[in-house]
Amino acid sequence: MMIGFIESGLNSVRGAAAMFPLQPPAASSIAEGVDKLYLALTGITLFFSVLIFSIIFYFMVKYRRRSDDEIAAETHTSMVLELGWTIIPSLICVVLFVWSSTLYVRNSRPPAASTEIFVIGKQWMWHLQHSEGPREINELHVPVGVPVKLTMTSQDVIHDFYIPAFRVKKDVLPGRYSSVWFQATETGTYHLFCAQYCGTNHSEMIGWVYVMTPTDYAAWLAGGEKTESLAEQGQRLFIQFDCGSCHVAGGGGRGPSLAGLYGKPEKLASGETRVVDESLIRQAILVPNSVHMPSYQEIMPTYQGQIDEEQILQLIAYVKSLGSEERNGK
Amino acid sequence: MSTAQAVPAESSVNYLNANYGIKSWLLTFDHKRIGLLYLASITLMFFVGGVPAVLMRLHLIEPQGALFEPETYNKLFSTHGIIMVFFFLVPSIPATLGNFLIPLMIGARDVAFPKLNLMSWYLFIIGASFALYATLSGGVDTGWTFYPPYSSSYSQTHVVAVALGVFIAGFSSILTGLNFIVTIHKMRAPGLTWFRLPLFIWAMYATSLIFVLGTPVIAVTLLLLGAERILHVGIFDPAVGGDPLLFQHLFWFYSHPAVYIMILPGMGVVSELVTAFSRKKIFGYSFVAFSSLSIAVISFVVWGHHMFVTGQSVYAGLVFSVLSFLVAIPSAIKVFNWTATLYRGSISYEAPMLYALGFIGLFTIGGLTGLFLASLATDVHLNGTYFIVAHFHYVMVGGAVMAYLGGIHYWWPKITGRLYPDLWARIAAAIIFIGFNLTFFPQFILGYLGMPRRYAVYPAEFQVLNVMSSAGASILGIGYLIPLIYLTWSMRYGPVAGPNPWKAKGLEWTIPSPPPTENFTEIPIVTEEAYNYPVAEPRKYPDTPGVARV
Repeated sequence: MMIGFIESGLNSVRGAAAMFPLQPPAASSIAEGVDKLYLALTGITLFFSVLIFSIIFYFMVKYRRRSDDEIAAETHTSMVLELGWTIIPSLICVVLFVWSSTLYVRNSRPPAASTEIFVIGKQWMWHLQHSEGPREINELHVPVGVPVKLTMTSQDVIHDFYIPAFRVKKDVLPGRYSSVWFQATETGTYHLFCAQYCGTNHSEMIGWVYVMTPTDYAAWLAGGEKTESLAEQGQRLFIQFDCGSCHVAGGGGRGPSLAGLYGKPEKLASGETRVVDESLIRQAILVPNSVHMPSYQEIMPTYQGQIDEEQILQLIAYVKSLGSEERNGK
Repeated sequence: MSTAQAVPAESSVNYLNANYGIKSWLLTFDHKRIGLLYLASITLMFFVGGVPAVLMRLHLIEPQGALFEPETYNKLFSTHGIIMVFFFLVPSIPATLGNFLIPLMIGARDVAFPKLNLMSWYLFIIGASFALYATLSGGVDTGWTFYPPYSSSYSQTHVVAVALGVFIAGFSSILTGLNFIVTIHKMRAPGLTWFRLPLFIWAMYATSLIFVLGTPVIAVTLLLLGAERILHVGIFDPAVGGDPLLFQHLFWFYSHPAVYIMILPGMGVVSELVTAFSRKKIFGYSFVAFSSLSIAVISFVVWGHHMFVTGQSVYAGLVFSVLSFLVAIPSAIKVFNWTATLYRGSISYEAPMLYALGFIGLFTIGGLTGLFLASLATDVHLNGTYFIVAHFHYVMVGGAVMAYLGGIHYWWPKITGRLYPDLWARIAAAIIFIGFNLTFFPQFILGYLGMPRRYAVYPAEFQVLNVMSSAGASILGIGYLIPLIYLTWSMRYGPVAGPNPWKAKGLEWTIPSPPPTENFTEIPIVTEEAYNYPVAEPRKYPDTPGVARV
């Protein structure tokens, strides 16, 4: 009720002062929920600020010193008041915690059927790679109404991928993958910012997100230069580095067959069981012995220095494509 | 508060005129003189850190940047943050007012370890010299947070010199904290039990705990950063086998409690000011006292809220979120108790009280906007934007600096024996309050709109709010210069203050101003609670027929 009131109030303010926006565009499926919480928090802040300020002003006027030798009247510490202003804020905090955490947990889980796009941050540009093949720099084209999952890494320092209109933000770290997802709800053009200070031209590590209708998006994908898909590029690398000489497709090689490996829990020589995901594949390429499997010898050389982050992503895409094909075949 | 003492004439020997010469200051063991050494040093650091802030705000008047290359801008905000946090805010109230007042307030002749106290100041000066050297010889561009791998492997600037400066100054904090803890435990006057202590002492005690327990962690962290930068030992940079998030955990394990190093002393000062200028006992003494301690304890387990968007696990996020909400409660308790203290008081509005009321208002906003950042879902959007900048300036500047200035004005007559022109002081307080709000309130909106912090250039749509903020900063800058002028003037030309110009309670007001070197000719015996102002029967007010009791 209070939220509705504030919202309608804010709506009229919005109408009156379109020149002076108080709210960023809301263009993703989670934006509305975040904005409601934000409005509630604003309401609480206003309420308590006005409450404290009014009481102080009232006391300031009413109890102002009228002569220099005036003395105060006696008051006693009141347990009721002390408990009241301990318990009421505590309850408000509990409500806020439950509300914000529910939203956060829901927002942090990408839907199973998400389109995957890979992001590499480097000083000072965003490199975006669609599974279908197209690459973009500082521009991201996405279809409206489709969940998109970004798998991100950095080539140098820590960056942060931030689209204010979607209310999503996630650090992009070197040496590991982080992910973020969104589902755009409004077509349009929105800011993309780096929100973690990353050196000299940090403020120029910005770009645009273009949210398109599915048909426009399909046309965009089809247009432009014909490129191989990410998995196809990965397959070429796989051949180029002669990975298949050990990772023999049907098994029986000096290394494990990669078919059907993605997404499977594997017991490692260290005794640890890990699901084969993007991070594990990356680690296997760069520091093979740290994740080697007990039934194979530690003979794989590291590819650190011979392969860049982009190529690793291509190989990962290839391994992933391999998994699904083989599984379908079985 | 205690047995009345004979007040010697103003011309008598005091700590300021007991001896003269540069050596008598640089080799002094007197806590009051050491407090003044700190006062002079951190005032210098305040203006050293303030100049880059003014330049930054001027630069941001235009979206493409009005004055500097991005490289220079990055150095300006880094210098501003490093100097203000480590060399002004952290030592501000504890090292100046704490040093000067703790022995006076507890009826002692000095702190427990006077030589260690002087050593703390020298460590601070050595640390500050490294920071100043780095600034003047080209600067540093890592931000005050020193996040690797940028700081360890990529930045081409004077990271090591600055980190070394912060490292050394950290020992000054540790020794000061140790000194205060022992002093408060062992040197209280007879009869001055824990629950008779002024709340400023409770606040200083809580702060000292953080000094001693937290500062070693930042020291270790910076040492590791140096090891990686100089010796290429892989600790934080994944390229050499390190973990960049490890740094953030260690850094915030100190730097979040450090926020309370900055604000707790301010809360202590405000408790003194509100009681003195409403001539009333504090409302809920034990609640205010214990809220200081609980803030100090909880502050050590909330650091993860700086890392909600780093990819830390969802469960860790939930735990840090709930703990961050928890730390809001003791702060709320304090605000309510200060407000209730005014009830039925005899309130006057000299400059220190204006600062205290300004503190309560701005800290309330600073605290409440913290809830936006403890809430996970909204923090994701607001983290790393101007909302954060606005929030912590409301706490650090609207809170800590307002309290510091209020404290300086309140105890100035005690420190110097002179009064300053109160009208000018009130004007300055008003200018600072207005300038502050104009500078930082628009930044809340900027942050919600999505403008990231630490941007040397920005999209044109954010310009109006940035210009408002810059306009406010120029007012704020003038506001800070005025007290520098009239306080300096008052040292020579101000009217003689007398021992207790505010008719305030507290042992420090029972001795002459400025105090004699040994503080108390006779150690007082305390027989009553703090803030034991005389009370009248419920009085009638002209506008109300009767007054309801609580």
